[in-house]
Amino acid sequence: MAEISIPKLAPPTTSVSAAQTNTPFIEIEDVSLFYGASKALKNISLKLEEKVVTAFIGPSGCGKSTLLRCLNRMNDLIDNVRIDGAIKIGGHDIYASDVDVIELRKRVGMVFQKSNPFPKTIYENVAYGLRLHGMKAKSDLDARIEECLRASALWDEVKDRLNSSALGLSGGQQQRLCIARAIAIKPEVILMDEPASALDPIATARIEDLILELKKEFTIVIVTHNMQQAARISDQTAFFYIGELVEFGATAKIFTNPAQKRTEDYVSGRFG
Amino acid sequence: MNTVTPGQYLPESASDTTRMTRHFRAEKFDFWSFFFSGLTGLATLFILGILATILLNIIVNGWSAISWHFVSTIPKKDFFDANTTGVLPMIVGTAFRVIVMTIFVIPVGVITAIYLTEYAANTSVITRIIRAAVNNLAGVPSIVFGLFGLGFFINFVGKNLDKVLHNSRAVWGQPALIWASLTLAVMTLPVVIVATEESLKAIPPGLREASLALGATKLETILKIVLPQALPGIMTGGILAVSRAAGEVAPILFTGVAYYMASLPAHLSDQFMDLGYHIFVLSTQSPNIEQTRPILYATVLVLLLLTFALNIVAILIRARVRKKLRALG
Repeated sequence: MAEISIPKLAPPTTSVSAAQTNTPFIEIEDVSLFYGASKALKNISLKLEEKVVTAFIGPSGCGKSTLLRCLNRMNDLIDNVRIDGAIKIGGHDIYASDVDVIELRKRVGMVFQKSNPFPKTIYENVAYGLRLHGMKAKSDLDARIEECLRASALWDEVKDRLNSSALGLSGGQQQRLCIARAIAIKPEVILMDEPASALDPIATARIEDLILELKKEFTIVIVTHNMQQAARISDQTAFFYIGELVEFGATAKIFTNPAQKRTEDYVSGRFG
Repeated sequence: MNTVTPGQYLPESASDTTRMTRHFRAEKFDFWSFFFSGLTGLATLFILGILATILLNIIVNGWSAISWHFVSTIPKKDFFDANTTGVLPMIVGTAFRVIVMTIFVIPVGVITAIYLTEYAANTSVITRIIRAAVNNLAGVPSIVFGLFGLGFFINFVGKNLDKVLHNSRAVWGQPALIWASLTLAVMTLPVVIVATEESLKAIPPGLREASLALGATKLETILKIVLPQALPGIMTGGILAVSRAAGEVAPILFTGVAYYMASLPAHLSDQFMDLGYHIFVLSTQSPNIEQTRPILYATVLVLLLLTFALNIVAILIRARVRKKLRALG
């Protein structure tokens, strides 16, 4: 099968060297997560730099989505979850008792595996988060919504039907709308949980282009099952296996010269 | 019947489709399949037959006795006599109590359902007790609700209100429209709770997550995303409650219905006449059964039509809501 060519493939070496000079923006320190008695994440430590795309890869059930959902505390919604260790974003411990989860989620946006636009108009989907956080004036809303739809490469396709239902969009358009909705409230971090896994190759390519565009402004953490995708879009890659972080490093290194045998087996498709 | 090996009698040139057809053709008459599908069909027919008989009997016998005069008259003298009778107060009373009931049961039922689905931990003892209570409430005989209404609403709530507000003069501490409506609301509560819970559970978890991930609070998510989507389901609960309540007599027997009133109910503390109860009165208290029979049929028909009309109104509103949700939301 032919590879999808991505015009704006970021040269990994420059990003990595740039990343190494940055101070860590997201610091995951010795994090363990328990569902009841079972330990789903085992003592994970990771430092992610600002405005860098980090990919979490690993076989199903390895904990990569669970870790992702720790970063905006979506795991709080599940009963019986206990988290040890600390996660700092921009220097603040997000699990500290005085943290406002609402404010955290405003700063750490999320795009889900299954596109989940609200059953509202395209306009209202993007306006939802803005209104929640106090933007009222029609002119402000209009301007920001156009800006976000342009940034998510959706504007030209939807500008004439902003007031029709978002559910009438194609799967790829819906996912880009979800990205527009997430960036509308100007987060610092965007978490993406297999954002293209339900899309066809062309829609996937558009999402990948978009991610490369977005990293100029946002810190992006993406969970993916697609090795080529991780290789194409990420600067850093973390490989997880059954709740453990096996290897973390520059994407080019993980895919061409991994330090661990298990990483090599996985990225070369020998298991997983 | 001879069984043949598939393809045995077919020449080599027969197309694959022909061979397939031969191969999959049933070779034995399946008696039990036939018997069981026949049985289910007959059972359905039987039920439809009963419904048709009841409706036809009522319509044929009741239609001729219905007139504008009949539905618009407040009977002043003898309501067993076709010339002087009328059912206006009963129509008004029944409609009034059903509407007041709806106003109480929908909010309480919806809020309870929201608590159970969105807030309560599914496994907690309290949640289990509440669910068991709701289910048991649905199984309580309606006459018991009537007695509950008398004991709780009238003798406890009403009498105490009178002590505080009216210096013990009987205003609220007697059968009244409000108490009958509240008793019916308690009775239909499980219907609304269950329907609302089902519609809340049917909303994709992804929508809640999307809202929360944008920094919405749980309350904002429920009010702006969950409830609008659940509205048609909630209205279905309301429609079921209205249908159930419109024909109930037992719960209002001690709590508000009157044998006869010279005027229409105007206040929540008034007693009222009711179609269902009036049907009971006409069929048991008449001095002249032959003369009363057409009135009885007509009254039953009016009750059916009123229930039907209340349902139609609710269904039309629900259809509008659904259309709006589907168009944009």
